[in-house]
Amino acid sequence: MTEAWTPLALTLQVAGWATAINLVLGTAVGFALARGRFPGRDVLDAALTLPMVMPPTVLGYYLLVVIGTQGVLGAWLLQHFGIRLIFTAEAAIIAATIVSFPLVFKAARAAFETVDPQLEDAARTLGVGEGALFFRVTLPLAWRGILAGLLLAFARALGEFGATLMVAGSIVGKTQTLSIAVYEAVQAGQDHTANFLVAVTSLTCMAVLLAAGRLAPGRVASRG
Amino acid sequence: MRVPLIRGLSLVFGAGLALGVQAADLTVSAAASLSNALRDIAPLFEAANPGTRVQYNFAASGVLLQQMAKGAPVDVFASADQDTMDQAQARGLVRASQRRDFVSNRLVVIVPANSPRTPASLADLAQPGYARIAIGLPASVPVGRYTKGVLEAAGQWRAIEARMVGATNVRQALDYVQRAEVDAGFVYATDAALMPDKVRVAFTVPTAKPILYPVAPLTAGPNAAMGERFVAFLLTPAAQAVLARHGFGKP
Repeated sequence: MTEAWTPLALTLQVAGWATAINLVLGTAVGFALARGRFPGRDVLDAALTLPMVMPPTVLGYYLLVVIGTQGVLGAWLLQHFGIRLIFTAEAAIIAATIVSFPLVFKAARAAFETVDPQLEDAARTLGVGEGALFFRVTLPLAWRGILAGLLLAFARALGEFGATLMVAGSIVGKTQTLSIAVYEAVQAGQDHTANFLVAVTSLTCMAVLLAAGRLAPGRVASRG
Repeated sequence: MRVPLIRGLSLVFGAGLALGVQAADLTVSAAASLSNALRDIAPLFEAANPGTRVQYNFAASGVLLQQMAKGAPVDVFASADQDTMDQAQARGLVRASQRRDFVSNRLVVIVPANSPRTPASLADLAQPGYARIAIGLPASVPVGRYTKGVLEAAGQWRAIEARMVGATNVRQALDYVQRAEVDAGFVYATDAALMPDKVRVAFTVPTAKPILYPVAPLTAGPNAAMGERFVAFLLTPAAQAVLARHGFGKP
């Protein structure tokens, strides 16, 4: 069963990177949307949510058009830096990041909107600067919601299939993630391998969802 | 606004029901490399058998076998290699006596049309200029099995395997090459002929055994009698002429 552990390790790496990127991006965008008052805010929110509802193949095609060797950004990267993204683990990370991004920024936006502005005002009257205010008051009050979003995003990134197959392909040990390994095991009639991979995937996702459930806003934090 | 909503919903689901399979439908599961040729044959068969509609399901042969083994309602199976049909026969899905070879094909190495290099042999593909080579996954895609076979016979499999980008069917391998996302790929001559402006055939790879496509009606097909007629039709001069036009050879 060693052939099953390689895709698991790779999938955890891809989902881990995607989640780390979304921690920064999702929190920043969530904060901007929660506090910003600008025209087109709702349209922007909807546009940023698109990857969550769009068919993965559509997203994969968009990515091919953008980061493919002959794509807009891909051709430029290849010409100036000799970077090829297609069929690399980086391409799998990009796909996973994009599909799981809406889960993070939505959770972050909701969490920031529930922070009591009076607490922030109190900190301001005590002379706390805006930067320190964010990291010492706002973020600590919102982190549970953000973390719950991050865990969901991690689970979503674990299962990403369609867009990943299109831009990262299926290279054993390099881009063959769990879901793609399942797909191939089923196609090749290797039911034992498929069963094992499916069990591993299900248990991993279940553990993540249980953890996310414990962090859901509104639950009293258990004092440890 | 409830009435328009209900009307809209009934429109959507009603359309779905209308697309359901009818009794006179013939379901043909065929290898991806046959898609263009078989699509052209369907109207000829439908004209000769009024009231019958041909429905195609194209994928890698191994995938089609798994679908049928898990109970997919299929009347005819056309595979790109003998191995997959042998497995279908071993599982009792088709009868040996009803199996026919109906076309032949050739394995070729292709490169993107704008590629500065043209490999002349399998050994050339082990050179530094070919970092990524599209090959059908040998576990489920016949073209991948043929490829692995010739590379093993040439003693090049280990060198090339490290550069392999797996394709889930032969058309995906073709697509990778035409997008220039890989440096070379193994496909059939008929696939390469679909995109003469996007890909260039570097050379034909001689295979130990000729590449013959077998076809057979399924013993448990919902429309078995029509399935037998379709298999017989593929061997008629009219159908063979269409297949030849798409670059397939005689069986």
